[in-house]
Amino acid sequence: MSQSLDIARSLILEPAGLGQRDLDRVVDQLLSPSVDAADLYFQTSRYESWVLEDGIIKEASYNIDQGAGLRAVSGEKTGFAYSDEIALPALLEAASSARAISRAGQDGRVKIQPVGGAPMLYPAIDPLGTLTSEQKVDLLRQVDAEARKQDPRVVEVIASLAATHDVILLAASDGSLNGDIRPLVRMNVTVIVEQGDKREQASCGGGGRRSYQWFGEDEHALEYAREAVRRALVNLEAVAAPAGDMPVVLGPGWPGVLLHEAIGHGLEGDFNRKGTSAFSGRLGERVASDLCTVVDDGTMPGRRGSLTIDDEGVPTQNTVLIENGILRNYMQDKMNARLMGMEETGNGRRESYAHLPMPRMTNTYMLAGKSDPAEIIASVEKGLYAVNFGGGQVDITSGKFVFSASEAYLIENGKVTRPVKGATLIGDGPEVLSRVSMVGNDLELDSGVGVCGKEGQSVPVGVGQPTLKIDMLTVGGTST
Amino acid sequence: MPMTSITEHTQRDPAADQAIYEAAVSQVLDEAKAQGATSSEAGISCESGFSTTVRLGDVETVEHHRDRGMGVTVYFGQRKGSASTSDLSAGALRDAVRAACDIAKYTSEDECAGLADADCMATEIPDLDLYHPWDLDPDGAIDIALECEEVARGYDKRITNSEGVTINTHQTRRVYANSHGFLAGYPSSSHSLSCVLIGEQDGAMQRDYWYTSARDASELESAVDVGKRAAERTVRRLGARRISTCQTPVIFAAEMASGLVGSFISAIRGGAQYRKTTFLLNKLGAQVFPEWVHIHEQPRLLKGLASSPYDGEGVATTDRDFVVDGVVQSYVLDSYSARKLGRVTTGNAGGVRNLSIDSGSNDFAQLLKMMGKGLLVTEMMGHGTNMMTGDYSRGASGFWVEDGEIAYPVEEITVAGNLSDMFQGLLAVGSDVDLRGRIRTGSHLIDNMTIAGE
Repeated sequence: MSQSLDIARSLILEPAGLGQRDLDRVVDQLLSPSVDAADLYFQTSRYESWVLEDGIIKEASYNIDQGAGLRAVSGEKTGFAYSDEIALPALLEAASSARAISRAGQDGRVKIQPVGGAPMLYPAIDPLGTLTSEQKVDLLRQVDAEARKQDPRVVEVIASLAATHDVILLAASDGSLNGDIRPLVRMNVTVIVEQGDKREQASCGGGGRRSYQWFGEDEHALEYAREAVRRALVNLEAVAAPAGDMPVVLGPGWPGVLLHEAIGHGLEGDFNRKGTSAFSGRLGERVASDLCTVVDDGTMPGRRGSLTIDDEGVPTQNTVLIENGILRNYMQDKMNARLMGMEETGNGRRESYAHLPMPRMTNTYMLAGKSDPAEIIASVEKGLYAVNFGGGQVDITSGKFVFSASEAYLIENGKVTRPVKGATLIGDGPEVLSRVSMVGNDLELDSGVGVCGKEGQSVPVGVGQPTLKIDMLTVGGTST
Repeated sequence: MPMTSITEHTQRDPAADQAIYEAAVSQVLDEAKAQGATSSEAGISCESGFSTTVRLGDVETVEHHRDRGMGVTVYFGQRKGSASTSDLSAGALRDAVRAACDIAKYTSEDECAGLADADCMATEIPDLDLYHPWDLDPDGAIDIALECEEVARGYDKRITNSEGVTINTHQTRRVYANSHGFLAGYPSSSHSLSCVLIGEQDGAMQRDYWYTSARDASELESAVDVGKRAAERTVRRLGARRISTCQTPVIFAAEMASGLVGSFISAIRGGAQYRKTTFLLNKLGAQVFPEWVHIHEQPRLLKGLASSPYDGEGVATTDRDFVVDGVVQSYVLDSYSARKLGRVTTGNAGGVRNLSIDSGSNDFAQLLKMMGKGLLVTEMMGHGTNMMTGDYSRGASGFWVEDGEIAYPVEEITVAGNLSDMFQGLLAVGSDVDLRGRIRTGSHLIDNMTIAGE
């Protein structure tokens, strides 16, 4: 039995006076002959945030959220109810509501047993307590000072520090009892720079499933401050971005948001079971150039998108989505894997106990290729070199996706020249990777900032890629 | 000090709930005072209801919702701390107050921090007719949804798949109190019906949708109308193609145009003004739109989807002009940003409520005629708006318009420009007002933008 499960039981079940037999009873209550699977998901989540602005600690907050979500699945039907009260009567009532999806029937009989833990990918710590309040305040002040000393044009710094201590406990109708302790820390620095009557802002940040102390190690936090200033100053010099189709070179790391939007969402099992994705029915087909191998890997220690077990208790894995250009796998939760007759991949995730799980990405990235990044840029006569992005979005049905560059440069005659203003890039998911003609040897993962939204639910994710050359992509600037 | 515990309350009298929540927030404020806070504010909200989705003629999900939470902010002089909890037991409420007080030891003195001024508090709380529970159970909702989807799928043989029809019905009760002695609350309801379809032609799929929402279920569009409209919108997108990179006039359909008005509001929000993070910095009294443009807020509209008698700080809401004759009349302020700017709050803590831009007499067809040739945008993707500079670049799909008529569907292009130029270049606002959101506007015709395509 894992250490995480012990901690989860002591934090969730013991205060509520709930024992093993109570869990059996609630799961029994969820079952009927037509219910294929049922689960009971307990969660207690503590979150804090600290914000520095105008050189002072302006705001701080502490939040606690807890409850239990109960689900009964019958074929393609799902009944769901939740309670913010972790107590037997409320759980039994919620179970009855959830089970109503499958009408009537006799009770099941389930004996819940703890299951062996998957290897832990992060420590079972409460990250909120890994620095004192004084140390948190001091860290923010250091970041503020570091940003301001970079350049006299820095006129404002907004720095934030946040941590979540998420404890989950999951009892399922297959008799399994799982627990996970999920620390998550995040820091962000936004700077505003001013030069004459021009103003710009830029941000940098990062984090992961670890202690706050990481920000102080190797000057991680100070580096966010320096990088935010650099990005903002670059944008002061930016000229209008070009408009139209052209070769685009994407830098390594966070520009991997391309993969998340262009192919990631379209390979989630639910859309493919329903036949609503532009990738539906295309397993085994070529969807990318043979330089492209893309994986979704939930097993990377300490990463923001990683999970020891997913929100259905399935250990996460490294799933090959595209191998040398051929579509190999979808990402699955339990229900969609069962209905499609495919393997579970540990991608069943939910925002909280108050939401239903569905197939979601973890850390999605492209493996390194062989090209020297300098050689990739040198191969472009006229195009765009984009190294930083805001968010993106995809219409999985038509396959069209966008992602918005926040730091980009013109490439002229094989050389990176002027910075250009932010612009949206748009393309077709099933087509774009077939236009990848060079893949760099410089794979990087993002610094731990990604939030993915789907059907109103947000979950932390990671992305990554090496430097990539796409022969043709549409750049949405204003300069024609 | 004893604090009341809040437990199960399903099927209980709403008036009784109101009394319990009022007692709980009062006790939170008392606890804050006992902990030494010089002032404090607290709010409780409880939302309950259900949603159900049917897909391809069968039930897919039935979800029962109940979300509760209490948030408290305490001030020790000019220092501030906040906390929230989803557990409304007496012990958890007290712990939240303590957490907020602990945090306030580490925040800094901020001369602008504090409650809104006492003399701004709403003194009367009018009934805005926001509470109309829908007497509907999941089985009844499933029947309505099935009817909607059946109409939609039968509309055209090119409708080949469905992402489902969803009915959502919720009731919310909010109570807010602060140490000025303000204590108020009101119930509200909201209901919606949405239909998402997939069409297919020549092996290419397109998705589109329609939805209706209202405080009172009797004011929802009918299931048949929603299904037909969703189907019509999906089918018309089939066969979409790209267009060449060009400069052209653009019509933003009403449901997209509300985003443009939203960008204007963001740009005149107090936070953006005092941080100087807006392309409309210090534009009070400046001509930002053509002189026929009038933008105003009606926060107390009866049954309004964004109506509220008081704002997030207890300040009385009131009708307000933000733009008259194209000139900015007021920023959008809460008490903090107002103090930062040396102004008075406009009762907009929590945003604008039922904001409208006056329409001309042109209906949508006349707008197309006015444009003659250009792009009609009906859907946008991404968030490519730089509020600091106004630079605007977003993914789009819609229709190419020739001779004032829709010619063919368009996809995989971007529209780009600068919001300042787009506001100045607003040629007309259609009478096809979309009433489903916080911002009510018809379609916008804008003189010129850059389209990136082939």
